[in-house]
Amino acid sequence: MRPLMAELSSSLNVFLATAAALVAIGVYGFIVGPEPLRRIVALNIISAGIFKLMVVLAYRGSGNGDAEWLADPVLHALVLTGLVVAVSATAFALALLARLGQSMTAGQEDPGQ
Amino acid sequence: MSLLLFDLLLCGLLLALALASVLSRQLSHAVILYIAFGLLMALTWARLAAPDLALAEAAIGAGLTGALCFTALARQGRLAVGPTLGWQQRCWPALFVLVTLCGLLLVLLQIPVNPGPLPALVKQQLAASGVSHPVTAVLLNFRSWDTLLELLVLLLALLGTLQVAPAPVRQSSWVLSRSWSQLLAPLIILLAGYLLWAGAHQPGGAFQAGALLAAGAVVLKLNQQLNWLVWTNGWVRFFTIAGLAVFVIAVLAAWLLSDAVAEPVWLSWPPEFAKYIILLIEIFATLAIAITLTLLVVAEQPGTPLSLARQEDNETADG
Repeated sequence: MRPLMAELSSSLNVFLATAAALVAIGVYGFIVGPEPLRRIVALNIISAGIFKLMVVLAYRGSGNGDAEWLADPVLHALVLTGLVVAVSATAFALALLARLGQSMTAGQEDPGQ
Repeated sequence: MSLLLFDLLLCGLLLALALASVLSRQLSHAVILYIAFGLLMALTWARLAAPDLALAEAAIGAGLTGALCFTALARQGRLAVGPTLGWQQRCWPALFVLVTLCGLLLVLLQIPVNPGPLPALVKQQLAASGVSHPVTAVLLNFRSWDTLLELLVLLLALLGTLQVAPAPVRQSSWVLSRSWSQLLAPLIILLAGYLLWAGAHQPGGAFQAGALLAAGAVVLKLNQQLNWLVWTNGWVRFFTIAGLAVFVIAVLAAWLLSDAVAEPVWLSWPPEFAKYIILLIEIFATLAIAITLTLLVVAEQPGTPLSLARQEDNETADG
């Protein structure tokens, strides 16, 4: 594990920049849309970026000589909770979206009949 | 050096997939690219030495979210075609986002290197937590408040989804996928049980096991198996709520067992029973998470008179 971590410290900045860029891409997708489903996907991209940011930040100070202690477990636990909450919120949003679509198509069809 | 190259490739792929998913013209492309993005995220967690997250993300990000988005895509139908945007409508948001990104990067570079007191505190108290894996100790002992509220959020999301979910999309299953899913089922149950047990001393635990079980159950449900797993089944309701209920009962029991009954410290387990309390909570939380996630993905409206009438209408319209 140790040599892997030693090499990880050099690329942590790469992961940090990627996380920020993922948040930016997600925000762009959320603003531009145009379909509601794509906005939900964009929200998920934002959350992926934020989780990644938190995991990278969990390595702060892991290099000062403490051999066995690698990452902040509190941040890992928070991200784990966040993953499950994010998927349940996505499911609820998609159910609302499906209901919206159903009522919209019903509204479009009724006058024609 | 080769690992740095790998990291650059991984991050580049992640950014390209996210960008393509946001910019692609067709919604179905966006969803498929997002599923690939979820798989790569799991790989990223593994690279960042966060195996707990990698296990959960592989089941949730790539599996469950993919199934959710595809179901939503199938339901969209003619709504899927959105208006095409003009040059200006794309340019101003892009400028705004770029400015925000620069600000974000500047802020990130100024975050202090000092990690704060929490990691040292976790390390100090780990022996009294009842488990030896720090992430599980944080989730179910030190910050069990988060986990309790998370189970509540899951339950609320499920109740909300059951209220608004439209009639399920009818699909016929494929013979090969049905027999394949039946072969997969016992393996997934075995793996989930192992993950649950292993969570005490190495990566694994209730969330990962629950997500894995849910992914397996979704595959079976999509192949018209597990017909008992519906919200109208009393046992399903019982186990969905039991995750939260057992947690609350454990909190009350720990309060009664503790010495300071008059001035309680909520959500703290007595060290000698902590291992058993955590195991009990984890078992019920795994079942609750698995059932809730499965029902969230293959949300079927409970058989209310209105929905049954609508189904009959659809069937007569189809026939």
